[in-house]
Amino acid sequence: MGRFHRHDEGNDHDHGHAHNHDHDHAHDHDHGDHSGYVTGSERVVVLERIFEENDQTAAANRRDFDGAELTAVNLMSSPGAGKTTVLRETLRQLQGRLRVGIIEGDIETSIDADRLDGFGAAVSLINTANGFGGECHLDAPMVRSALPRLPLTDLDLLIVENVGNLVCPAEFDVGAHARAMVYSVTEGEEKPLKYPVMFRSVDLVLVNKVDLIPHLDYDLSLFYANLDAVNPGVAVIETSARTGLGIDKWCGWLCDLRRSFHQFPD
Amino acid sequence: MHELSICGSVMGIVRKHAAGREVRTVNIRIGAMRQIVPDTLVYCWSLVTESSELEDTELRVERIPAKIRCTGCGREQVLDAPATACASCPGCTVDLVEGDEFLITSLELAEA
Repeated sequence: MGRFHRHDEGNDHDHGHAHNHDHDHAHDHDHGDHSGYVTGSERVVVLERIFEENDQTAAANRRDFDGAELTAVNLMSSPGAGKTTVLRETLRQLQGRLRVGIIEGDIETSIDADRLDGFGAAVSLINTANGFGGECHLDAPMVRSALPRLPLTDLDLLIVENVGNLVCPAEFDVGAHARAMVYSVTEGEEKPLKYPVMFRSVDLVLVNKVDLIPHLDYDLSLFYANLDAVNPGVAVIETSARTGLGIDKWCGWLCDLRRSFHQFPD
Repeated sequence: MHELSICGSVMGIVRKHAAGREVRTVNIRIGAMRQIVPDTLVYCWSLVTESSELEDTELRVERIPAKIRCTGCGREQVLDAPATACASCPGCTVDLVEGDEFLITSLELAEA
């Protein structure tokens, strides 16, 4: 997909047809053109949100989750932040407490889905290269397509493990009740400032791989200052999926979330 | 790289409102707090509309800066950095009042 990236602002695009993108001026229309050769144009007001269709499907997903008395979390991160290892430890700790389903989003392979096998969770894999154009995120229709492969009414918690990417997944509501992200300290302190949309969009940040801090030139307080600048007051849990540190708090957060959305005796 | 799939959604909305009429321009508004790159969007538009009835339709992007309102002092300020904090009252929560937009505002259709 990299060949489509064009971040060099101000370059000229070859669209095969000539037009100008600098339109800071008020628009003139062709009504005053009396050449007799150019037909006029008519402006039709649309004011339609481009994510409307996605958001309607997200709402349908949420209705299905609520109907099944199921709490859903959209879990996002950059590639390699440790989502799958966090999830593996999460499933280990939640065994016997909550019945968990996972929607595993990856562009290719079942490697991550396979890593989650054997912990009692129902796993539904979406490979976005398979019929979804190799998308770098999950959207609501993709998640909807995975639901028939899950026993929704037999589950308490559904975790949607999004495609590893700090840009695109933040834009798409998939119908989850909450959004969480795994950030790892090896990514550096400045990530919230570089990806503010992602860091703003979440209800919880897991600060993962904290066991590595003694080996890194890393300033945790600077990361927290940067996070506070884009999402003041967001909940944070420090974790190490490798040592298990903090996973109990994260599991507690998930159980509290479930109680806040669906009132059931534990 | 979600601009390509977004252009597919834009085409669907445009076709619904154009109802078969020739579309000269699609006007889109993008807030600064959206991670959508206008140049990439325009480039992807040329890809997805190729060989369709929208091939010559221009995608015109209007950018909206991010604006916050401080819940403490009520002051509105345009952001020049992603930090969503009031310059006068650090620690106060702020509401994003502009900059979250992502919509098709209008179409310019050839007169029938």
